[in-house]
Parts: sequence; C-alpha cells; structure tokens
Amino acid sequence: MNTHYTATAKLLHWLIALMIFGMLGFGFYMTGLDLSPTKLELYSWHKWAGVTVFALVLVRLAWRIGHKPPALPAHMPAIERLAAHAGHHLLYVLMLAIPLSGWLMSSAKGFQTVWFGVLPLPDLLAKDKALGNLLETVHVVLNYTLIAVLLGHVGAALKHHFIDRDDVLTRMLPRRKD
Amino acid sequence: MKRTALTLIASFAFAATAAHAVEYGQVQPDKSRIAFDYQQMGVAMQGTFGKFASELRFDPAAPQSASARIEVDLASVDTGSEEGDEEVARKTWFDTKGFPVARFESSVVKTLGGDKYEVAGKLTIKGTTKDVVVPATFTAQGDSGVFEGALTIRRGDFSIGEGAWKAFDVVANDVVIRFRITAAAR
Ligand code: HEM
Repeated sequence: MNTHYTATAKLLHWLIALMIFGMLGFGFYMTGLDLSPTKLELYSWHKWAGVTVFALVLVRLAWRIGHKPPALPAHMPAIERLAAHAGHHLLYVLMLAIPLSGWLMSSAKGFQTVWFGVLPLPDLLAKDKALGNLLETVHVVLNYTLIAVLLGHVGAALKHHFIDRDDVLTRMLPRRKD
Repeated sequence: MKRTALTLIASFAFAATAAHAVEYGQVQPDKSRIAFDYQQMGVAMQGTFGKFASELRFDPAAPQSASARIEVDLASVDTGSEEGDEEVARKTWFDTKGFPVARFESSVVKTLGGDKYEVAGKLTIKGTTKDVVVPATFTAQGDSGVFEGALTIRRGDFSIGEGAWKAFDVVANDVVIRFRITAAAR
C-alpha cells in the first residue's frame, strides 16, 4: 500500500488549491468594482481561469479513479473517517459545481464563454435574465460553502499534523525522492 | 336586399382598387422589434430597445414615395443586465437625459429589385446626425407587411462610449442595428 500520494496527485492538488484561492479573491474583488472596461476584462479572465480549473479538476478526478489514495491512519475514529470522506467528496462536488454554475450563468446572461478568446464553450442554456440571476446566486452560495468546507479541510490537516502528529499532511507535500 | 347587394358590389370594387395600391402604415408594435449586436471582449452580444415609435408609408407599387420615421426611446434599452442598462444611460454613452430619443428619418427609397430596397436617410443619436443607407426587405404577409433590415454603424461616430470606453478593445466600434417592423395595410 502506498504511504504517499503520487507526484501527479500532489501536483494537481496544489495547483488547483492555488488557483482556487486566487479565484475566490479574484471573484470577490472584481464583482465589487464599478462597471468599466477593466471590469469586463477581469470578468473574462475570471471565466477563462475558472474553465481552466474545471478542466484540471476533470483530469484530477480521472487520475483519482485510477489511483487509490493512501489509507487513513489507523488511529482515526469512525466519525473522523466519515467526516474526512464526506468532506473530500463535497470538495470534488464543489470544484465541479462552482465552475459549472459560472459557465451556465454566463450562458443565461447572454455572455458566452470563449476560453482565452479562442475556444467557444457551447451555451448550454438559452438567454434568460431571471435564470441568469438565479445562477449568479447559486455561484455565490456555492463559493461561500466552499470557503466553509476549505476552512474545515485546512483545519483538519493542521490538526493531523500538530495534534495527532501523523503523516496526513506530509504525505500530500512534495518529497525530495518519490 | 337591393341595398345590401349594392354595398357588397361597392366594397368589392373598392377592394379591387385597394389591391393595386395597398399602403402599409399601421405599425404593430407587438410584432416589431429593434435589436443591436456588438462584440464585447470578442464575444457576440445582443441587446434590444423595448420602446420605439414609427411612422411608415409604403406602397409596393410606388416605393419611391415611401417614407419612414422611427424614434427609439433610449431609456427602453435592454443590455441583458441592470448594471449595463444603467451604464449606457450615462453621459459617456447615450446621455439619455440630454438625448432621450434616437431618430431615423428616410429621404429617398430606391428599389433594388425583388423585395429588396435601399432606404437613404438621416440617423440622429446623441446630437449627431449622419447620412445612412439602410438595406431593407419587404414581405407582404396576409394584410400586413414586414420590413426587415440591418444597418452597421460605428458607435465612435456618435460619441457613444466616451472616456474610459473610447477605446474599442473591450467594446467594439461596430454596432449592427437590426429591425423588423410589421405594419398593417391602411
Ligand atoms: C474554481 C472556479 C471558480 C471559483 C472559485 C469562482 C469564484 C467566484 C467568486 C468568489 C465570485 C464572487 C461572488 C460574489 O460575491 O459576487 C465569482 C463571481 C463570478 N464568477 Fe466565478 N468562480 C469560478 C469559476 C467561474 C467560471 C468557470 C465562470 C464562467 C465561465 C465564472 C463566472 C463568474 C461570474 C460571471 C461572476 C460574477 C457574478 C456577478 O455578476 O456578480 N466563475 N466567482
């Protein structure tokens, strides 16, 4: 049994983590701006980067299906194991649902997503103002949910490292020799 | 009995002459539409104007004597978002307070053959008047007629989008105004 995550899993984990932290800050910052050409440009960059995260999450899921992660430490009680599994599932769901809601919102608002100005994503919804506003709320609420789950996720990792003193955090960190 | 027959004959006769010179002029707002297409960050966008008044006179048998006057209520703009609607009402865009109406007034109508026409006229937006030529088609549908066409203008020509919006990298210069106006025969 592996005691560490694969290098690919680690790379995807930290790359996506970094992008999501960036996207959260980016999202809250840009929506607070007054309408200007800069704001429209930032919205486009937000959408392009968000679609990139979506694609990376798909790759990550495919990798995850083919590679079992290392087992949880034996000392963990059943309730903590349940929380860990539930939390990780929820993170995957949110990592897919947030960019997906953004994409659908853009379609409903009549502003197609053209990835980096090159690759047009199909509009899965027709233009519909009310639906667009609803999906905007969905996008925002999912983001707040993500922040709450992330706080739990980071808190749990730190608890493992500093209180339980097990290898749950370090086995996701880069190693000299893998 | 005799009276009825006479009236009938008279109205047939009238209908026959009317068929030679039907004039379409009763604009039906619910079957008419003015929309505009433009590019934002390279992405095609569309908006509409919900309210406009039009006066038309068009007889397919005498197109050269046709005339059109269309006044668009700029406050009725729908850009797809409230933020956008508020923005375009500002001084830098339409300046809707100072110039509430955009106006097209035809001068010369030219027949291009078939159902195609060219309507020359003056377009006034935000205090600027330009000569334009609008390609249009006319199709009779039952006892009403449908006029359709599109005109590409450059927003810069009418100072639509000044200040920070003056550059055309985020919101393109070209705007296609598309219209479909249905008028019943008078
Ligand atoms: C990892 C992926 C993503 C994250 C973490 C994220 C995060 C956020 C956040 C935090 C906001 C601000 C919410 C608010 O308070 O208004 C936001 C807004 C927005 N996001 Fe995303 N987003 C992601 C992906 C996407 C994608 C893929 C699209 C579109 C293709 C998108 C489109 C938008 C739009 C249009 C807004 C502005 C909503 C408005 O009009 O107020 N997002 N996003």
